[in-house]
Amino acid sequence: MIRESGAEPAKSDAGNPLVEIRNLVKYFPVTEGIVVQKMVAEVKAVDDISFSIRKGETLGLVGESGCGKTTTGRCILRLEQLTSGQIIYDGVDISTVDRQELNKLRQRIQVIFQDPYSSLNPRMKIGQIIAEPMRVHGIEPDRAKRQERVDELLTICGLSPRMADRYPHEMSGGQRQRVGIARALSLNPEFIVCDEAVSALDVSIQAQVINLLEDLREDFNLTYLFIAHDLSVVRHLCHRVAVMYLGKLVELAECDELFDNPLHPYTRALLQAVPIPDPEIEQSREHQVIQGEVPSPMNPPSGCVFHPRCAMAVESCSKEAPELREVRPGHWVACTEVN
Amino acid sequence: MAVLLEISDLRTQFFTSAGTVKAVDGISYTVDEGETVAIVGESGCGKSVSALSVLRLIPDPPGRIVGGNITFDGKDLLALSDKEIRDIRGRDITMVFQEPMTSLNPVLTIERQITETITRHLSVNLETARKRAVELLELVGISDAERRLKQYPHHFSGGMRQRVMIAMALSCEPKLIIADEPTTALDVTIQAQILELMKGLSKRLGVALIIITHNLGVVARYADRVNVMYAGKIVESGSATDIYHRPRHPYTIGLLNSVPRLDLPRTKRLVPIPKQPPDLTRLDDGCAFRPRCSFSTEQCASAIPPLELVGEGHHSACWERDNLIEEERQAS
Repeated sequence: MIRESGAEPAKSDAGNPLVEIRNLVKYFPVTEGIVVQKMVAEVKAVDDISFSIRKGETLGLVGESGCGKTTTGRCILRLEQLTSGQIIYDGVDISTVDRQELNKLRQRIQVIFQDPYSSLNPRMKIGQIIAEPMRVHGIEPDRAKRQERVDELLTICGLSPRMADRYPHEMSGGQRQRVGIARALSLNPEFIVCDEAVSALDVSIQAQVINLLEDLREDFNLTYLFIAHDLSVVRHLCHRVAVMYLGKLVELAECDELFDNPLHPYTRALLQAVPIPDPEIEQSREHQVIQGEVPSPMNPPSGCVFHPRCAMAVESCSKEAPELREVRPGHWVACTEVN
Repeated sequence: MAVLLEISDLRTQFFTSAGTVKAVDGISYTVDEGETVAIVGESGCGKSVSALSVLRLIPDPPGRIVGGNITFDGKDLLALSDKEIRDIRGRDITMVFQEPMTSLNPVLTIERQITETITRHLSVNLETARKRAVELLELVGISDAERRLKQYPHHFSGGMRQRVMIAMALSCEPKLIIADEPTTALDVTIQAQILELMKGLSKRLGVALIIITHNLGVVARYADRVNVMYAGKIVESGSATDIYHRPRHPYTIGLLNSVPRLDLPRTKRLVPIPKQPPDLTRLDDGCAFRPRCSFSTEQCASAIPPLELVGEGHHSACWERDNLIEEERQAS
């Protein structure tokens, strides 16, 4: 595992970054009117976040629905145009490259989506689905070779090569997710964005897919951005974890450090809310339930966005937005009340 | 405590072009007054169908309850006429569904939806029903209830809609609430709020609760007793402590091993249950879990194991149930 300590000049972390996200901002316009569209408000999906992803690591990005974690992933894939900020991938700014350059980059960056039902074309056979990225990018133009590669990918992902002739509806959710993974691997990428890649699966199948993702990372030297809301899965898979709330990054640390020693009040509340599968522990555990709901990102609270729900909030929290600062080597928190 | 609901040998089947699906295949369990019982299992194991069967909400065709008995508060629910069961639904037994987004009518106000249940079951006028609706919203933690009543479902967030569903479920002082994955669609912090609310209210008002879920953590926190289902059958049942600390069925053991846990040291690898769940149209005469089980023997292929007592109030349906403890002892 890559671990560097000590003060570093880069914002929020250091090491050997593969992807650097600098002051990423993504606002979605809210419009009114049918013929003439007028912008009436903005949804601040991602509001000035910076972090980097090191080569070979799995970075977890956690938070509740609407916190901007998926939008961040989509910006990195450039499925969204940034409002402002930069995303530097291996020295190249993804947000400004031209189409040709972007196509080349996309061979190195792949994605696994959440829903194994809607992310596979129902009219294509599994073999075609897995071969399509190779066809699009002109890799393995030879049909027989491509077929060979499909068989190989299916085997890697724990499926039988015979399944290449099936359609997605003939497969279970877990098998479909394996197809999605095989498709992502077909171009030999170095970086994969896993957007809630195991959330839709049943627990026994989920464990199979988690193990597969871990094996693949080791075998192919992959780097993952693992976007998820399930904290126990994130803890199991990730090297470092970033916590988002309402478009902001509130905490970032090495995985063990974050789970053993959470500092931000929101991270603590999140961890307390996760029930543990052991009735005896549950009986003795403190159950402080966080009150209220996530405010609208159209009109986020002033100052620290978490202050209306925070038990530790003081007067200044509603006025000034806290900066993300390094309180311990490698442990970054955006809260003024944390020492 | 007196037995409130008794289900014995319930069988619900769906007759489809692909064959007969035995969604619920001979399950029996009881719920005492004021008790919280959990039904755990993965998708397609029949947990929701077993709950819908209690309220006779199985769409016919293609589904039908083909056998068994359901006794609720001394009444045989399967023998009631359609009108009689309608009087029980929403009054004595109510349901909270998984999807707070689709289970409320989008074109009616919240007031109309809550008062509809009250006026249907209790002989009260609209004014009294409205007062009751205000009380209920306050009870489930929705502030500014008077104003909120006039609003439509789209004005409410997911967690708030689920609170409205719970208010509706409580409106006629039921004896039993069936909650089918009540928090699966919600975020963890909201999940904790809703579950604390349901558990608190059920304790205070003495309402029995059946929680259907796939989340083993939720079960551990809230259930008194647990039924684990697999392929339409209950494979293990017992107190929450029995299930989590002394599991006696390979499927339960497998489930517990396949979830990563926040409270334990990080392990190198998870131990998943291998292979896929079975196709419910193609079950044979053996144990349905056999193809995925590391303990299976020849006996498992020839006969379905019955649910038998393995400890006080603790049942397991496994031929190898005695060898499981031996293995565990050796492992530890």
